[in-house]
Amino acid sequence: MPSASAVVARFRLARTVRSASLRLAIVYAALFAISATLFLSFIWWATIGLLERQVEAAINADAQALSERWQEGGLPTLALTIQDRLEQNVDDDAIYLMVDGNGLRVAGNLRTWPRDVTRVDAWYQLPIARAGTRGMAEVHAFALPGNFRLLVGRDVRARVILKRLLTDTLLWALVMVAVLGTTGGFLLRGLFRRMVRDIARTTAAISQGDLSRRVPVSGSGDEFDRVAETINAMLDRIGRLMDGVKQVSNAIAHDLRTPITRARTRLEDAALHAGTTEDLRHAVERAVVDLDGITTVFEALLRISEIEAGSRRSAFASIDLAPLLGDLAELYAALAEEAQLTLSVSVPAPLMLWGDRLLIQQAVANLLDNAVKFSRPGGVVRLRGGIEAQQVRIEVSDQGIGMALADRARAPDRFYRAEAARSTPGSGLGLSLVQAVAQLHGGKLLLEDASPGLRAILALPVMPRAEERRDPLPADQEVTAASSADHPPANPAAL
Amino acid sequence: MRILLVEDDPTVRGFVAKGLREAGHVVEQADNGKDGLFLAVSETFDTIILDRMLPGGIDGLRILETLRGQNNATPVLLLSALAQVDERVAGLKAGGDDYLTKPFAFAELLARIEALSRRGRGEAGPQTKLVVADLEMDLLSRAVKRAGQKIDLQPREFRLLEYLMRHAGQVVTRTMLLEGVWDYHFDPQTNVIDVHVSRLRHKIDKPFPTALIHTIRNAGYMVRPE
Repeated sequence: MPSASAVVARFRLARTVRSASLRLAIVYAALFAISATLFLSFIWWATIGLLERQVEAAINADAQALSERWQEGGLPTLALTIQDRLEQNVDDDAIYLMVDGNGLRVAGNLRTWPRDVTRVDAWYQLPIARAGTRGMAEVHAFALPGNFRLLVGRDVRARVILKRLLTDTLLWALVMVAVLGTTGGFLLRGLFRRMVRDIARTTAAISQGDLSRRVPVSGSGDEFDRVAETINAMLDRIGRLMDGVKQVSNAIAHDLRTPITRARTRLEDAALHAGTTEDLRHAVERAVVDLDGITTVFEALLRISEIEAGSRRSAFASIDLAPLLGDLAELYAALAEEAQLTLSVSVPAPLMLWGDRLLIQQAVANLLDNAVKFSRPGGVVRLRGGIEAQQVRIEVSDQGIGMALADRARAPDRFYRAEAARSTPGSGLGLSLVQAVAQLHGGKLLLEDASPGLRAILALPVMPRAEERRDPLPADQEVTAASSADHPPANPAAL
Repeated sequence: MRILLVEDDPTVRGFVAKGLREAGHVVEQADNGKDGLFLAVSETFDTIILDRMLPGGIDGLRILETLRGQNNATPVLLLSALAQVDERVAGLKAGGDDYLTKPFAFAELLARIEALSRRGRGEAGPQTKLVVADLEMDLLSRAVKRAGQKIDLQPREFRLLEYLMRHAGQVVTRTMLLEGVWDYHFDPQTNVIDVHVSRLRHKIDKPFPTALIHTIRNAGYMVRPE
């Protein structure tokens, strides 16, 4: 049975082998070594190989010339030529030897025929001794008529030295490559580990429930930073969605409790105390109305979450706001007139926007609804559209009770209702929805004092920012398909 | 009218079936997808009410797609707790004629069912004239007369009246009007529709001894003689 420490060591080894950073380092070092080896081999081949080929070519040319001499003038001419060549050989690297059938020297600078050279038409590299010096020679033997043999060669001592020098250099270079490759590999591994460690630490903290943690950004703007920024942006978005969910669950816990209690009380009261069927029916009907109210609130909450989640962006299309706002104004004009208000509209045509028709309709309807609700008889509600600094502005202003500065800041919060508004019917979700729609379009909901009254401005970019546009745009065809499907035969029942 | 009701929740199913029977319809029921599909393909109905999420492996959309795949054009109303816009779009794309989300008011369901079945029966050729009692609407010249007397209507008022008259004798809910006349698919907080109907009444009913536009309590409106 292996001891505990052996198990730990094996486990560690397994972990080390599985470590991506180590793999990265090894791959790096291996790549470095392979490319260095290839590079050095090329140098070797280019220098040593070239020299060798040059010597062989020279010997061949020499032999060719000598054999021509032989043919021209026979033995004496050849011997003379060899003598000439030896005398003219400034580098003193030429080697010639011509022997007769008995192996006796006829001409040349070698004393005896080297013992190793037995075959003609083969290359030999062998140590030689001549004129008192020893050296390396590359030689080639040729057979001549009349049993004469010719040895042509070159002293390659210099080449041998160069070769040794180059070999030494290359070996040292290989050692350097190994050292540099390993160091580089480990540096790379460290860098890789650092980045992964930052991300791993952050994500580990988040999975422990600390959603506020972010991956540190070095600020150099490199790829690691970009990964970190992407992760942080993702975390921000998750955080916002979580907040939304939290708000909704809080809302369900607190704000829906009241109407549910009311409905429940009404039903229980009726069950206990209703004297007549008429009373009972009445109580049940009231409770149903209460429940419908709860459903409405519920649907509004879900819709806001749906908008905030951003899934509706797939239904974005190019829309003309002029007829859209005109139709809404027409719908609400009757309501305004009923409340002794004047509804004035001014929208330039066309007023184009990249967005979701349905949501814009609903947002503006909510604003008009509020304006009519909080106006005083005789007042004027204005609906204005226009473009200012690349932004589409949809303005709804009234001359009603207005809103205090503190309330204006909190008005878009879910379920927030200003003190003055508590007496009017409403759920406190209208502006939350408008704000969600504005944010989905990359814009803002602004609430301003119109003294008297309130001015709500929906400021939306004509085209959403490039980064936000990235998802809906490539699917252009789907976008149009989806948006037309949003308005199904519009009214199934009417067809 | 013969109606198939496919809904797994026994309370909702019982209540809807009872209500439909009281309204004078014949109701067949199924509590799972398999039975629902079997009934839908093997028998003839005037309308089908289909829950989307059903037990038994076959959901409402599958039933609907199968029906449409067999060129069965029976009007189908989808009834679902899936209220998101995309779900609604998916339902209508699959061949649904109308989409009602839970929870719903029975009056709304009944009104929509009756509107659907009228569509299912189909009117012979395009109509050029709508008549209810002494109220006449000429769809070509876009003129409206009551008791021979010409009535001037705004374009939207004309469309509102047209919608009501096309569904004469049937309850039309506020949501149906909002969708059918204005093409809005959201719920305005205030009684906008009531205001528009009351303005229309002012022109159609007020100058005459009898009213044609009636308010149906807890449901909507109806145009009918008397």
